[in-house]
Amino acid sequence: MNNITIISSIVLKELIRRKDAYVLLIVTALLTILAGSVHFFGDLKMVRYVKELCLLLVWISSVVIAVTLTARQIHVERESRTLFSLLSKPVSRNQVILGKFFGCWIACGFALLAFYGFFVVTAASRGEHWRIPEHFQAFWMHWVMLGIVVAMVLCGSLIFTAPSSNATISFVIILGILMLGRHLAKIALHMGQPAQNITLGVFYALPHLEFYDLRDLIIHDWPLVKWSAVLLATVYGMVYAAAFLGLACLFFRRKPLNA
Amino acid sequence: MNPNYPVEIKNLSVVYPSPGRGVPAKTAVAELDLEIGQGEIFGLLGPNGAGKTTTMNVLLGFVNATGGEAKLFGRAARDPEARQSLGYLPELTYYYKFLTAEELLRYYARIFKIPKPERESRVNAVLKLVDLDHARKRLIKTYSKGMQQRIGLAQALINDPGLLILDEPTSGLDPVGRMQVREIIKRLKDEGKTVLFSSHELGEVETVCDRVAILHEGRLRVVGAVDALAKEHNCGLEQLFLRVINYQPRLQSA
Repeated sequence: MNNITIISSIVLKELIRRKDAYVLLIVTALLTILAGSVHFFGDLKMVRYVKELCLLLVWISSVVIAVTLTARQIHVERESRTLFSLLSKPVSRNQVILGKFFGCWIACGFALLAFYGFFVVTAASRGEHWRIPEHFQAFWMHWVMLGIVVAMVLCGSLIFTAPSSNATISFVIILGILMLGRHLAKIALHMGQPAQNITLGVFYALPHLEFYDLRDLIIHDWPLVKWSAVLLATVYGMVYAAAFLGLACLFFRRKPLNA
Repeated sequence: MNPNYPVEIKNLSVVYPSPGRGVPAKTAVAELDLEIGQGEIFGLLGPNGAGKTTTMNVLLGFVNATGGEAKLFGRAARDPEARQSLGYLPELTYYYKFLTAEELLRYYARIFKIPKPERESRVNAVLKLVDLDHARKRLIKTYSKGMQQRIGLAQALINDPGLLILDEPTSGLDPVGRMQVREIIKRLKDEGKTVLFSSHELGEVETVCDRVAILHEGRLRVVGAVDALAKEHNCGLEQLFLRVINYQPRLQSA
């Protein structure tokens, strides 16, 4: 565990010292604050619409941060040859993968915390209730979803040689799951065989990232989701993240590295 | 295998699979046997593609052997714990550019589980040894090539290793830098450390090494003490090297 935390601390340090992450964070924060603080003469529909836009922005920014940050990790270590110095120490390849995963996931968690923090403060400044448990649920589910995304992109970084191709494919898959994931079973029912079975197979095999989208809970002031459901979704997310990490470790262990 | 030998290689073979149809698999190393004793400075020589770096890559656990075995201090080279007393300087040294020299060394020291008070004294000692104490708080991205090579050497020494693997340690360095690296290697020898290094600088190898091995086309052609080899073959290391690799001058005098 010690080596994993040491490697993840370097990922965090890099994020802190790189300027592009700050730019994204500041731009999103500014847009959230600006849009969220507008009251539109008390028109609730407009306020909800602006909230929806803000949360959509938070979702897009968080996925962009997660994918771009993760996709470059192993590639940059190889390109800059720092991976060879690292692996010549008493560090296993599995520890490198897990260190990178936790580093990226924690970094995404901090970014998300800042986004939701701005959002809650802005909403509260308009005189709305703080609704901490609802916001916590939305934050937690969002973060678990990013855990799956980070593990998936890390696995992709060992399959695709260029980080740009990994990032592009990951974005397409994530967008596809978020937009089509929940409808796949319905689409399958209108198909003939064997397309129906294949589509159903994809439906059950895909990590359903849309489960973690609790934006409507905040926008429409819906009651809390049952904590048992949140726990179940967390376990579901952890299983998928573990599966992707297992695959990543397997690929990385078999990969010859020529210094 | 004798655990007292820092490096033991028995019947090692590495074959890189064919990258595509029509391209044959490449045998990088074939049936290599090598033992390096405690406190030896051992030079690995050979032309490009001879298998020097692949041999080092197997010892470092970067590449899997297709046959035979490689051990460090009696443990399989693939076992991360075998690298606890190993220092490695890659041929091209690049380090995390967003870190300062002392942050980089602390990072590696933490991986070696060096306790905090000792960690600071080790960082100070290696920075002084490679003459980078004055630049310890500068980001590595601002370092010159020579300074980067020296920070590379510092990170290889942070754990006070029993075995040091140096891949072309003087490549790209100016004469002063080369001299400094040579002095450090000699100092390590005086401290009883084992050093395995590859180099194309035969003169350097002749002055620094106790024993050398010459690889050609993945096979071990010659191994022995530098003086003994000179006596046995009645020539210098450079001539022996050219003879072993069967070098034929391309340009004939008119």
